[in-house]
Amino acid sequence: MSKKPYEPPVQSGAGQFFDSLVVLVLVYASLMAPLLFKEAPQAPADAADKPAVTWESLNQTPAMVEQWEKLGVDIKAAEPMITNRFDYSIEPVSLAITVLVIVGYFFFVLRTSEREYREVIRERFGPAKGD
Amino acid sequence: MTAASISASAPQKNALLKVLGPIHVWALGVGIVLVGEYMGWNFSVGKGGAYGSLIACWIIGLLYTCVAMIDSEVTSTVAAAGGQYTQAKHIIGPLMAFNVGLYLVMAYTMLEAADALVVGDLIKTVAGQYGAEVDTKPFVVLTIAILAWLNYRGVFMTLTVNFVITAFAFVAILVLFFSAAGFGGAEPILRHSEMLTELPYGWIGVLAALQFGMWYYLGIEGTCQAAEEVRSPGRSIPLGTMGGMITLLIAATLTWYVCAGLMPWEYLGQAVTPLYDAGRLTGNLQLEVVLFIGTIFAAVASANGCINDASRAWFSMSRDRYMPQWFGAVHPRYRTPYRSILFLVPIAVSFAFTGLLDQVITFSILSGLLGYTFMSFNIVRFRRLWPLGSINRGYVHPFHPIPCILLGLLCAATYFATYLGYGASLLSIMAFYILISVWFVTRRYQYVRRGDQFTMPWPRPKGY
Repeated sequence: MSKKPYEPPVQSGAGQFFDSLVVLVLVYASLMAPLLFKEAPQAPADAADKPAVTWESLNQTPAMVEQWEKLGVDIKAAEPMITNRFDYSIEPVSLAITVLVIVGYFFFVLRTSEREYREVIRERFGPAKGD
Repeated sequence: MTAASISASAPQKNALLKVLGPIHVWALGVGIVLVGEYMGWNFSVGKGGAYGSLIACWIIGLLYTCVAMIDSEVTSTVAAAGGQYTQAKHIIGPLMAFNVGLYLVMAYTMLEAADALVVGDLIKTVAGQYGAEVDTKPFVVLTIAILAWLNYRGVFMTLTVNFVITAFAFVAILVLFFSAAGFGGAEPILRHSEMLTELPYGWIGVLAALQFGMWYYLGIEGTCQAAEEVRSPGRSIPLGTMGGMITLLIAATLTWYVCAGLMPWEYLGQAVTPLYDAGRLTGNLQLEVVLFIGTIFAAVASANGCINDASRAWFSMSRDRYMPQWFGAVHPRYRTPYRSILFLVPIAVSFAFTGLLDQVITFSILSGLLGYTFMSFNIVRFRRLWPLGSINRGYVHPFHPIPCILLGLLCAATYFATYLGYGASLLSIMAFYILISVWFVTRRYQYVRRGDQFTMPWPRPKGY
């Protein structure tokens, strides 16, 4: 026996407006908010006591210094650019969480899609043999 | 034309015009991506040093070759607006399609934001060189507003403009390379032996550099977005996409070669407009002007293509009611998805206003990366559900399944690369896709007509 095609409800204009707002809220809450509330890098505490920085102490060769100067970047501006480095230490817990989140996400999406896909095929082509 | 009337109308009435050839497909792909040579790629230098960036450029070139091969086969067969979104609908299922549609929208909208941000920043830099102080925000708004208006008016004009400005931006890279390398009698000014250093972070830095290595090519798969508007998809899409990949591989290598020979890696790794800076370092004012125009053109061409692609993905999703169907309207005169174009404008503007180029780029990269991960299992399923010979394919990519296995492995490596240094951004974008997927399942899917999700004239998929 063939099932009747699914007839979706008609969404009102207000409902569509509300759904558009939900998308915007999700975009801004999950992507924009972490950027805006990200901690600014701390300035060094005892900047006054620090010995004067030289290009040599920053491991810059004369050729490099020449290019920095041509680019209009003085040693004060160059120092944080040279000394701020990425920390590539791997924390097992955070790495495990990240892997779980990515794998779990694809698992959820693929599993739910499979269920939905069967509905689509059944409606488009009719019930499969044995249904 | 109202959304209700559109949803009830025949497909032809709500269809887009078929006006594009291979050159437009090339311009759409390269136009979006070429800006990646003008900015953003250099953050890979910051993560892994100059050599690390070059290695990342080639490894990720391999990733994109796999993407281009796989995508050309599926897109030339599923020649409909929405590109990968429409593919996912026919091959995997509605929730995957919803996510793929969003990957496209977010990848292109964030790229558009990055483009506008660069235009504003470059104008501010140049104004600063001449002692003037300007705010970047009006330039950001102006860039996006003008391009949105162009897209509103019509795709043919938009992509013809893209072809011209993309060609100029590409030629500007060639001019810089020939001039800096000393061809044609000019004095060579590149100083690789004095600028290049050891790998600053060792091999883990090379791995970390894969994240921004994607920026050399991100968006080339955008060639598929115009599939419904292409006259001969089986010929134009593989030709335009592969031609685009070759163009980008050449441009990426030349860009690296020139910049790595002119700037200390610590500067290059954080510069907003590295090619313009390279132009300045040549000491040649004409070259500086060419690179200024090239950077502006590349950013504008990219943002232009991004508006085109993001709005078409959003339009396709709305036409299927995955998103509110009000956005699924086509302009009665210009036949463009005008409501989708306008809806995405404020999102692009607000992210450009943050000024955080590396973060905005990371969101674009991650959305793209999720899409490539999808492609790796999409092609396996496509071949399984419709084996070769069972349907008419515009193009069949060779060596299956090697490209999809390689693609899956390279995607996994790039997730790890992003975890190194940008782990919080990775988790925040995953949170977005998880929350919005739950919202789709619990709220939006009720509005979707099940049988209408499969529109290709194909036989029943094997196993269903």
